[in-house]
Amino acid sequence: MAESREKRLVSISLDGAAVDVGEDTNLAAVLLASPGRRARTSVSNEPRGPLCGMGVCFECRVTVNGRPHVRACMERCTDGMIVETSPNSAIVSTLSATLPRAASNRAETADVAVIGAGPAGLAAAAAAAEVGADVVVLDENSTVGGQIWRAAHDAGAARPEVQRLRARAGRARFLAGVAVFDADADVFGADAGAPHRLDAWSARDAGTITVHARAVVLATGAYERFLPFPGWTLPGVLGIGGLQALLKGGLDVRGRRVLIAGSGPLALAVAAALIAAGARVVAVLEQAPRAALARFGLATSMQPKKAAQGLGLLVRLRGVPLRAGSWIVAVTQSGASLRVEASVAGERQNFDVDFVATGFGLVPATGLGELLGCDRGPSGLEVDRDLATTVPGIYAAGEANGIGGVDAALVEGELAGLAAARAACGAASTSASASERALAVQRRRVARHRRFTLELERAFELRPEVLALAQPDTVMCRCEDVRSAALEPFAEFRAAKLATRCGMGPCQGRVCGAALEVVRGWARETPRPPLTPVPMAAFARAEGAELPLLN
Amino acid sequence: MTSHRGHLAAANGPLANLDVLIVGAGIVGLACAEALAVRGAAVRIVEAKAPAGVATAAGMGHILVLDDSEAQLALTRRSRALWDARAADWSSATEPNKRGVPERKVPHTTRGGAPRVVCGTFRVDVEREVCGTLWVAANEVELEIARAKHEWFGARDVATEVLDAATLARFEPHLRAGLAGALYVPGDSVVYPPGAAAVLWRRAAAHGATLRAGSPVVSIGDGWIQGADGARLEADVVIVAAGLASVSLLQRELCPPGLALIPKKGHLVITDRAPGFVRHQLVELGYLASAHGHERTSVAFNAQPRATGQVLLGSSRQIGASDTRVERDVVARMVQRGLEFLPGLAQLSVVRTWVGVRPATADNLPLLGPLPAAPRTWLATGHEGVGITTSLGSAELIADLLVAQRAGADAPREAIRSDEALSPLEQRTGSSESLAGSSLQALDPSWYAPARFQEPAVVRG
Repeated sequence: MAESREKRLVSISLDGAAVDVGEDTNLAAVLLASPGRRARTSVSNEPRGPLCGMGVCFECRVTVNGRPHVRACMERCTDGMIVETSPNSAIVSTLSATLPRAASNRAETADVAVIGAGPAGLAAAAAAAEVGADVVVLDENSTVGGQIWRAAHDAGAARPEVQRLRARAGRARFLAGVAVFDADADVFGADAGAPHRLDAWSARDAGTITVHARAVVLATGAYERFLPFPGWTLPGVLGIGGLQALLKGGLDVRGRRVLIAGSGPLALAVAAALIAAGARVVAVLEQAPRAALARFGLATSMQPKKAAQGLGLLVRLRGVPLRAGSWIVAVTQSGASLRVEASVAGERQNFDVDFVATGFGLVPATGLGELLGCDRGPSGLEVDRDLATTVPGIYAAGEANGIGGVDAALVEGELAGLAAARAACGAASTSASASERALAVQRRRVARHRRFTLELERAFELRPEVLALAQPDTVMCRCEDVRSAALEPFAEFRAAKLATRCGMGPCQGRVCGAALEVVRGWARETPRPPLTPVPMAAFARAEGAELPLLN
Repeated sequence: MTSHRGHLAAANGPLANLDVLIVGAGIVGLACAEALAVRGAAVRIVEAKAPAGVATAAGMGHILVLDDSEAQLALTRRSRALWDARAADWSSATEPNKRGVPERKVPHTTRGGAPRVVCGTFRVDVEREVCGTLWVAANEVELEIARAKHEWFGARDVATEVLDAATLARFEPHLRAGLAGALYVPGDSVVYPPGAAAVLWRRAAAHGATLRAGSPVVSIGDGWIQGADGARLEADVVIVAAGLASVSLLQRELCPPGLALIPKKGHLVITDRAPGFVRHQLVELGYLASAHGHERTSVAFNAQPRATGQVLLGSSRQIGASDTRVERDVVARMVQRGLEFLPGLAQLSVVRTWVGVRPATADNLPLLGPLPAAPRTWLATGHEGVGITTSLGSAELIADLLVAQRAGADAPREAIRSDEALSPLEQRTGSSESLAGSSLQALDPSWYAPARFQEPAVVRG
């Protein structure tokens, strides 16, 4: 754990009641700690709490200081903040009358724009800046580091890895709290100044930022895949990564009972973090069979660093039952607790817990790439050996190309940053030509790390049982409360969407789309702007000069 | 004639056993399918993509009467009445199905290429709201136009009301201050187009209609169609309701000279839920000027309250554009226009934007009827931006024409010409200038008579 600093308390108003919380505590963590653990009321009047913890699922949206539809997990508590979890029917009455109608606009030009400030994005920014490129980095989160290096809310300073990369990135500009909601790649305009355009929204400034870049590195990371089972919508059931994010955001888990169930290596790391924070992890259930895990263990033990990480985790998890071939069957509310019915190595077992953390691997966040016209391959965005996507001038690094973990993200970031800088500034520029050797080295390292992606996919392949946990009345689309049976007549996503509203809500099908992709084999839809919901004001700005209104 | 429905009981009705192929399962094709199947025809629909998945899915679903022309009024008024008559059907169609369980499990569209028959039912939500339309007058000049429209509608027994500024503000508290008033059309409503299309389809299917989705047609002749898979299908009547693609599918020699559909691309933006923010369909009174002007790209304020509580914001028109790319600058102009009227919209969250392409004609009236060179092949397209509204009236007209044709060759001409005093047909056929770019005059005029809708018509089950 990062070193804690004393944080001063601030007072926020939560549905009219004053609550004292540590300054900068993640607002979703505050909601999850409140008695009902509720953030909002769903369209069929179910209580809902935070799920993904990282701005993807939109389950935690509330009204903050008169701004409706704000994701609590993307907000930090400040003194005097007014938070309302009112149902949709009351949203209009909570709207602020004082918000500015017109958004401010600011333009940025750069050789290389990096989207995402996690390991891949930071490495790309560092590599590109080192060879002389002018770099701008955009991230929707309020601090850099991405999900894996997300700083604890009470940490005094950024993690040393982040500090090192930022130092290397030199004069690169970091724009935090900025959501890219539209983008355009000019595939024919390679020599026309800065042909790629990114439209972003800054909630803090209530304004747009238009970035023009000669080259773009997509380091957009990944989000968790959830598989629907009865009870997965109950407040207190949240993502494995989501619980970790809120833990770092200030959620107090001391003495709380947690069951972790799902698939993938993230579970063990989060279990260790929870234990270190004082939680009682009652079990970790992994759906993959023991034999597959053993093969994976053997394969990763060939990579000394990964083997050491694994061993270290196991030591810290001593005493926690780790069960392979196990999964949740259903969760029900039982008083203040959640009762979990699970299939544990073939036998039924019940657990009474305070939190259920669930997640079935990660989904590459390819949306921005797709919006730019980049092709998607089986594992993520399609890239060549220099990590160039299928659209000239657009590069991709890290999880967006396929889930490979932090080490792969770092080497890919270095390579994509170099390649993008060369594309933007030309190989002939002095420092860029010196990068030829570096490129060759990085290409070899990337190829080695990509093999890990394949091992990962094979070991944690989802078994049929966990793909069939949803019952006819289980909600599949949490935004619109579309239940499994309603999707039964359909063979593909779009027809189901038009008829049932599945995937029409603010998460734009990220949650249900990722589930239905594996549960029913439905291809996800290609994204359209906005890539993530933003206030209407963000759209009022056109490129270039103000257009006159018709009158 | 009966080969395609041998398994069904002998059909009754004026079109019993008439074998009909409909190209296109958008709202117009499905409305035709329903109208003809209910009258006993054996209907097969082929659809290139997903049912109600192209222009229909992109539409706003505003059911309204329009005063563009006498013909447009006749068609929209009759159509609105037909939609109202369906409200009763829907109350059963939308009966809450608590577990979301489909009424019966059905085979569905394509998985992995081979087209399969789509037939059956699922829970459908039409999301119908009789919210009325407010044509917003920004200033005194526009309010004068509102008064004139009120007179015009009144003379034709369409109920409207002129609202002063204070009443408008009470009706719509989030409209900006300083507007002059509005023309209120209380009978207009809103539906969710794919839901409405599904209800039409359900009723057609109940009367034996079949639908093949994912099944593109490459060529259409007189009474036959050729599929991309090489199959050739024949029928007594082929109805081409393929929207913008309709004319390009026709065999060249069947195409009357100059017959063309003009694409008009439009953008829409939808917000997250904020029920009550907007209560009526709001359209700026300057809308028609901008919608039907000659500027290549125009925007107008048009905001709709969805049954979900979302706000759907339009509209833009790009004449000649048929791509479906969302254009940032056009959306920006549209949103700016919206914020001029509803400043508070700025803070509502936008969930999606999308594009639809309206199939338009030179005079903004649809093409309905048989091709002069191919009496067994009929057109039902060119509904521009009001296809959701006018689908039902168009389908009824086509059904009536087929019934009349069956009853005797001279009957339809008589029946339709009888009340042609206000028919636009004379204008359409009389002046080649106003028809530039369209070849409506080449179509047998007797088959196109929206003025017929001025008769009070009996609502058929």
